[in-house]
Amino acid sequence: MDRLPKWADVVLVPLVSLILAAAISAIVIKAIGQSPSEALKVMVEGSLMSAYGWGYTLYYTTSFIFTGLAVTIAFHAGMFNIGGEGQAQIGGLGVALACLFIPWPHWSIALLAASLAAAAFGAVWAAVPAYLAAKRGSHIVITTIMFNYIAAALIVYLLVDVLRPAGQMDPATANFPAATDLPTLNQIPILNLFFEKKVPANITLFIALAAAWAVWLILWRTRLGYQLRAFGKSEAAARYAGINPTKMIMVSMILSGALAGLMSVNNVMGEAGRLLQNSSEGAGFIGIAVALMGRNHPVGVVLAAILFGFLYQGGAELGLWTSIPIELRIVVQGLVILFTGALDIMVRMMLVRIFALFHKAQVA
Amino acid sequence: MDYATLLQILDSTLRLGTPLLFACLAGLFSERAGIFDIGLEGKMLMAAMCSGAVAFLTGSVWLGLLAGIAGSMVFAALHGVASITFRGNQLISGVALNFLASGVTVLVAQRLFGQGGRTPPLAGDARFNEITLPLTEALRPVPILGPLYADVISGHALLVYVAILCVPLTWWVLYRTRFGLRLRAVGENPAAVDTAGVSVKGLRFAAVAITGLLCGLAGAYMATALQAGFGREMTAGRGYIALAALIFAKWRPWQALGACMLFGFFQALALRPDVVTAVVQVKIPVPFLDALPYILTVLVLAGFVGKAIPPRAGGEPYVKER
Amino acid sequence: MPSQANTTGRQATAAPFAIELKGISKAFGPVQANKDISIAVPRGTIHGIIGENGAGKSTLMSILYGFYRADSGQILINGTPTAIPDSQSAIRAGIGMVFQHFKLVQNFTVLENVVLGAEEGALLAGSLSKARRVLADLSREYELDVDPDALIEDLSVGHQQRVEILKALYRQADILILDEPTGVLTPAEADHLFRILSGLRDQGKTVILITHKLREIMEATDHVSVMRRGTMVGTVKTSETSPEELAELMVGRKVLLEVDKGAANPGKTVLSVQDLRVRDEHGVERLKGVSFDIRAGEILGIAGVAGNGQSELLEALGGIATATGRVAMNGSDLPLSGPAANGQTRREAGIAHVPEDRQHLGLIMDFEAWENVAFGYHNAPEYQKNALLMDNDALRADTAAKMERFDVRPPIPTLAAKSFSGGNQQKIVVAREIERNPDLLLIGQPTRGVDIGAIEFIHKQIVALRDAGKAILLVSVELDEIMSLSDRIAVMFDGKIMGFRDPETTNERELGLLMAGVSEGAA
Repeated sequence: MDRLPKWADVVLVPLVSLILAAAISAIVIKAIGQSPSEALKVMVEGSLMSAYGWGYTLYYTTSFIFTGLAVTIAFHAGMFNIGGEGQAQIGGLGVALACLFIPWPHWSIALLAASLAAAAFGAVWAAVPAYLAAKRGSHIVITTIMFNYIAAALIVYLLVDVLRPAGQMDPATANFPAATDLPTLNQIPILNLFFEKKVPANITLFIALAAAWAVWLILWRTRLGYQLRAFGKSEAAARYAGINPTKMIMVSMILSGALAGLMSVNNVMGEAGRLLQNSSEGAGFIGIAVALMGRNHPVGVVLAAILFGFLYQGGAELGLWTSIPIELRIVVQGLVILFTGALDIMVRMMLVRIFALFHKAQVA
Repeated sequence: MDYATLLQILDSTLRLGTPLLFACLAGLFSERAGIFDIGLEGKMLMAAMCSGAVAFLTGSVWLGLLAGIAGSMVFAALHGVASITFRGNQLISGVALNFLASGVTVLVAQRLFGQGGRTPPLAGDARFNEITLPLTEALRPVPILGPLYADVISGHALLVYVAILCVPLTWWVLYRTRFGLRLRAVGENPAAVDTAGVSVKGLRFAAVAITGLLCGLAGAYMATALQAGFGREMTAGRGYIALAALIFAKWRPWQALGACMLFGFFQALALRPDVVTAVVQVKIPVPFLDALPYILTVLVLAGFVGKAIPPRAGGEPYVKER
Repeated sequence: MPSQANTTGRQATAAPFAIELKGISKAFGPVQANKDISIAVPRGTIHGIIGENGAGKSTLMSILYGFYRADSGQILINGTPTAIPDSQSAIRAGIGMVFQHFKLVQNFTVLENVVLGAEEGALLAGSLSKARRVLADLSREYELDVDPDALIEDLSVGHQQRVEILKALYRQADILILDEPTGVLTPAEADHLFRILSGLRDQGKTVILITHKLREIMEATDHVSVMRRGTMVGTVKTSETSPEELAELMVGRKVLLEVDKGAANPGKTVLSVQDLRVRDEHGVERLKGVSFDIRAGEILGIAGVAGNGQSELLEALGGIATATGRVAMNGSDLPLSGPAANGQTRREAGIAHVPEDRQHLGLIMDFEAWENVAFGYHNAPEYQKNALLMDNDALRADTAAKMERFDVRPPIPTLAAKSFSGGNQQKIVVAREIERNPDLLLIGQPTRGVDIGAIEFIHKQIVALRDAGKAILLVSVELDEIMSLSDRIAVMFDGKIMGFRDPETTNERELGLLMAGVSEGAA
């Protein structure tokens, strides 16, 4: 297969994948008897045309940056971490424990502690499959899937039997103390000029952006990142170079789990103010689509996370104002993963053909 | 625990083990041909929705079954195109198709029935009803074996027996036919098959099609026999448990039967926490029983219960090389 | 012989040539692998095709076997123009191929491998019993003894090759192509193979033997065609040519088979190896107690057929495989197992390693050249900006300098390793390892798949390092390379060293016997 120019590989391949996914989604919407253009209008208006809409879009974006980065950093080490969902839920447990049982004087200290707890809990939930993969040869994909189910069962048990306050019906923890409330974007100076109403997007957004920068720095500027990437390309060669495979698997998965866990600062602490069942609501899985769409680069991940933030907020609006079920989001997510992850060779081949046509036209 | 309770649990084991067995054998054909398939879950879900919907609309479980198989085969074909024709990442393709199925099933069911993404309950000929095997009542008085025959072996939907029969059939196809020889070869060393003048792609597509067929049976069983209709996410991770059973069985048909029934047994136990508590004398939380198959799978994968060596060419797209 | 009726009528034709290729061309992107190649192979002969690595021999044969389609040209089988779009057509046309890397299913029996793709019907039982009968006949006829019920993974390489030949014969091949068949064989096994091939010829079969070894061409063939850089430079009768003439045709100029090097001047012992043992992942002992010393300013060459423990020796010394025994470097013991036995501690001890398989071990093919230059030395202080970050600019500058000194082409540090030719990839690895100025260089198959110009260059670098007073352990399956570079030769067989020889006083025959496991007393 001929090569594509680098810019085409970076920009065109995800763009064409996205167009294909959008086109098929439009067909699906048509097939269930709705109007694709009307749907797009509702989505855009509900998510991008008002400060309030942006407040939700960016809230989702924040979560997706974390889970997208989680998939990205593992991917560079050759690990497919499909367990972001479980790691995020266990991370939420860390946030809940940190917020519920320690009386914090100020939100900033609470934020620091909750972040550490979220990252640590997520990291532990990723470290077990990583250890089994490194030492026992378990398949990381299957094990992390199993850990998603085990995490869900564990959270149900804890919420029903342990953490639920007496007399409360729904399986959830008590509300966190007011001192742990994070400032939302409408409470932050300057930004409050734009966001006038209360929005769920909160200060965690900036932690997410900082995390993206840190992941870039780690992967392409540090020895650790160099070793992770080398290991991800070839385990045999890494062994030759004296790169410790166990360490690489553990470190990459621990970083990945920590990033996935951090996501729960956004939704559990920043939005819900208590731990609920299924708190991550599939964001862990969306990380896969975000990472693939973003070509496993932090800049791409941030852009893709905004796109999926739009999709999620827009999809919710569809559920409110039209009779298109909210599950359309999952269809789009599946299509994006399909085109960017599994059919990328097809997309590339299409582009190579198109480029060849242009080339001929120029020569003629 | 008395004998009657044990029989009840074994009866549930067979019921719950059946979709696992279909899906596990489905995965066996695909993975033996060198195509990893973590999209068993999505194909089952698709089949469950298609069969439930068509069975309700036509009132015929047989048309429902065909629709379920068709729906599953479409997804199998997509997986084939992505992983065979375009040499894509088989794991990612499986993940993508699982999401696609998860969304599409709800969208379609909602459009058709407007009941929050489920089909209306099925009844009569729209379901596979229970079959009473011959001599059930005559043999019932026989101590121990009589009730076993009557309460566990007899009284299941047709597809349960089909699933069990698929085990020797799979064994025979795999080890006694030309197709089976080639199928096993293409999962071990596709270059050997290619240089022998046999199409690697053809074989792999055939294997993926069989996977689609069997997942179709699994999903149809879920919606039209195990339960009366389709509900959103009704497969609830069974595709993954089947995959675990396949690894536990080391990709062999008879062992697959054993693994699926073991996992079915755990699922049956999770339905009877009272029995478990009575036996072990400690209150076991229900979520723990729910998680048990997953925990066991982790232990199996970690090789604490025997080492599993997958087909050598598994997961790798075939590229011609000298 | 198989009793199946053959209706293609290929035995009936009177055409003198089994195969004629006319004007075959094939390009892979910008690389012209075959340029207007014509060749005619008379029926009932053994025809050699010789050429350097990358001369286009294998591409040509792959076209003949339907693996690639030629861009232009014509193939005639027994005088009839034949299209060969796939392997199936090649088999139908009576062509059988024994690839360099066998195409066998490891956990199948011999019988199952032979039958695969040539089954009689939908059920296996009939095919297997027929194949059992035919195989018995074939093995009697051609000295091709193999246990039909043995699993391939339990067979020796030589026997696996026989299965490949049996596969072709079972499909009633009249034309048998063998691609570099002796690379994995001992000299004795190779002789046996040549006996089988002449037996086949005497039965009227046509054999095409592809090799880069002159000795085999002279021994086994009737005619020989020489390829150079994608073109056919000539076909001659083997009896009317000489190795020297062929060598000149192959490379287009007189070859300097001797490496220009002075006498060794060995100093103190650098590496001392005692009773080194390595087990593979299945627990099978691959290296069975090896002991030797290497002194400063000395090249120790390890000769042997591939797969006799040389790879494990390099991996154990390079810190890749765990081992038992004792290894002392400059007088201090090296860890042989546990986390301390790794490539990093080896490099710190002054050991550099050019691995046998540069594409899978020595380089990350997707990494750019400068990233590969840091490979294994990513902890080196000169590549660090501060405690946290690497100094990528310094690394790129260092890469540019190394590329210039080693004449790597194109000299672009930001080009991915996979975009360089095999020879230039090897130069990158050699530059990286040698420029570290190690006390000991481990170097495996230094010139495999490397063009002739780069071979000379790499050989000179090895000798220069020796003359700088460093110790070198050279592993190669090319006996010529071992003979011309080494100051001392150790021959390995079955995980053991059979003996040490002086390259000045030994010869290929003596080494060949040792390589086949014939011990000194018997030799």
